[in-house]
Amino acid sequence: MDTRYIPYLLILPATLFLAVFFVYPFFLVAAQAFYADGQLSLANFRDVTSYWKFPISLKNTLYLTAAVVPVQLALSLLMATMVTRMQKGRDLVLYIWTIPLGISDLAAGIVWLAIFEQSGFLNSMMVGLGVMDRPAALLSYQSPMMVFIAIALAEIWRATAIMLVIIVAGIGLIPKEYYEAGDVFGASRWQQFLRITLPMLRPSLQTALILRVILAFEVFAVVAALGGTLFPVLMGETYAYQFDLLNNSAAAAIALIILGLSLAFTLVILYALRVPKGARV
Amino acid sequence: MTIKHVIAAAASGVAMVAMAGAAQADVLFWSTQAKPAQESQAMREQVLAGAGMDVNYQGNDGGPWLTRLQAELQAGSGEIGVLGALHGDFAAMDPADLVDLDSLGVSSASSTFNSLAKLGTSNAQYIPWMQASYIMAANKKALEYLPAGADVDALTYDQLIAWAGNVKEATGSAKFGFPAGPKGLKHRFFQGYLYPSYTDGVVRTFASDKAVTAWEKMRELWSVTNPASTNYSFLQEQLLSEEVWIAFDHTSRLANAFNERPDDFVAFPAPAGPEGRGFMPVIAGVAIPRTAPDMDAAKKLVAHMLDPATQIATLRATNFFPVVDVNLPSDLPPAVQAAGGAVAKMSGSADANPGLLPAGLGAKGGDFNRVFVDSFERIVLGGQDIRAVLNDQKKALQAIMEETGAPCWAPDAPSKGACPVE
Repeated sequence: MDTRYIPYLLILPATLFLAVFFVYPFFLVAAQAFYADGQLSLANFRDVTSYWKFPISLKNTLYLTAAVVPVQLALSLLMATMVTRMQKGRDLVLYIWTIPLGISDLAAGIVWLAIFEQSGFLNSMMVGLGVMDRPAALLSYQSPMMVFIAIALAEIWRATAIMLVIIVAGIGLIPKEYYEAGDVFGASRWQQFLRITLPMLRPSLQTALILRVILAFEVFAVVAALGGTLFPVLMGETYAYQFDLLNNSAAAAIALIILGLSLAFTLVILYALRVPKGARV
Repeated sequence: MTIKHVIAAAASGVAMVAMAGAAQADVLFWSTQAKPAQESQAMREQVLAGAGMDVNYQGNDGGPWLTRLQAELQAGSGEIGVLGALHGDFAAMDPADLVDLDSLGVSSASSTFNSLAKLGTSNAQYIPWMQASYIMAANKKALEYLPAGADVDALTYDQLIAWAGNVKEATGSAKFGFPAGPKGLKHRFFQGYLYPSYTDGVVRTFASDKAVTAWEKMRELWSVTNPASTNYSFLQEQLLSEEVWIAFDHTSRLANAFNERPDDFVAFPAPAGPEGRGFMPVIAGVAIPRTAPDMDAAKKLVAHMLDPATQIATLRATNFFPVVDVNLPSDLPPAVQAAGGAVAKMSGSADANPGLLPAGLGAKGGDFNRVFVDSFERIVLGGQDIRAVLNDQKKALQAIMEETGAPCWAPDAPSKGACPVE
């Protein structure tokens, strides 16, 4: 057999799988969103965007992403640099840091709920230390900021590891010669990080950020566990349309809006972190 | 490949075919009820063991339940033999997808339930299977704070507010609990309790002046409600953790509290307003989808579920009450005794104002609930002007009623055609 075809043959099963279980349903969903009463229309989009909760859930989703992703980026860069400098026990630390990745997001939400709820660990600790007289309801509609912080913390705890893994792999790919040259010219560790690590990491940062931002727009279970109905997000609205209101078309429309947002941010990230042609290794 | 391998492969192939054959013979009971592992287990071991056939009981959340059912209906063939779900789940379906069950000769003892089960057609689309209601429950520690002259079995909304206020003052934290969480059944409180008690209606009176008073009372009640209620969906948890001392919820969502610590809690009727003591039943039914693989076995199973002995076993397993006339044994679990007593007092009270489940809304049942939940979120949580919110939500409600053409149900006065929002 002609060896030129082997790569194509090898990716064929995966491509077929994606085509059948992803691309085809995607077109079905898109069709559902754009059809109302049997004809092409934007009625579904008008319905969902004119609902009073839509602007709130859009705003909440964007704020949460804006609060969570930069912190995760900084944390994962810090953790990755630390891990790569370690001589011993590196794998062990990496395994431990990536444990949250293995936990479902709903479980992560419930873990943090156990901390923040009125009879939770945080309250018991504060009362035990004498900081507070009695347990307070932290996650209540009266303290939206606290709800936001709890959700952001849970998200940071849960999903920093996915960026960490990608960045650790990326750092491993940077040739040592650059750092040796840096040492020769007397660059400090910080300068080496800024001038060598960060620029060389751009492809990994792209991947990590795109993945993370897309996942941030899809945040759902953590929010549902911690915020209940107090913190509406886009994905929660999608769920409500699909399962509470049994309105597939409206759910499809919101899903497409989320897709549009994800696409827009992906393009921005791709552009912002592009590697100039001349600088490609 | 050696002969041994071939034989082994053939043997496992035969085994797999045999297992598939066995799975085929089971009747799949696809249910939204008795979901918790303990209840599902009790259904399998105590309720379905005596059915005289192999039944595969699967309890699911509403979403997955409907998704698989719809997939089977669309495909025109399936595995599901019998459906178990709430009235609202069936009401959202196309009656043509359910097999008419009149010929079975079984029905509930309540003619109201039986006519609801026709889903607007002239034949029984499901058979009422079990019933429950919403009641109040309290930690006995709260009883000493009852306002002077208040009888816990005949409370008014004002007394409930005063009581919860006393508890808040005495303990320093609000200890009335309300199922306002994402999976909480708060909409039923508005539809079946608050509105009937204050306006003697649900749809017609949605934006009336009396409804404004009702929401003002709701705000008062909320001011003495544990603010974490927006995360509560099963009040038994908060009763047991003592985060909450007084609670309103579905009988089966309070059951664990009574079963685990029967001496610590009391159950009592929902409060009364100026228009009486509004309350609402919950009905679950069994039905057969038109795609059931073995129609005779499915019908036999439905008939089995209505058998008095099965009904009592179901009560023990799920805390849902029988819908046929049975003599209740005396050794029932504490939750069943407590809830049974409270429901009896509620329906037997002089000012009882029973409502019905929303009917005729079809697939718009969720939208109907959302009108009430949104009103709650905007008025009570968001602090928006009551009159303005009701006038705004009224448009959504009006649109739902006109689109579905659903006539009024009790306690609203009957209507010709779609129930009007006045």
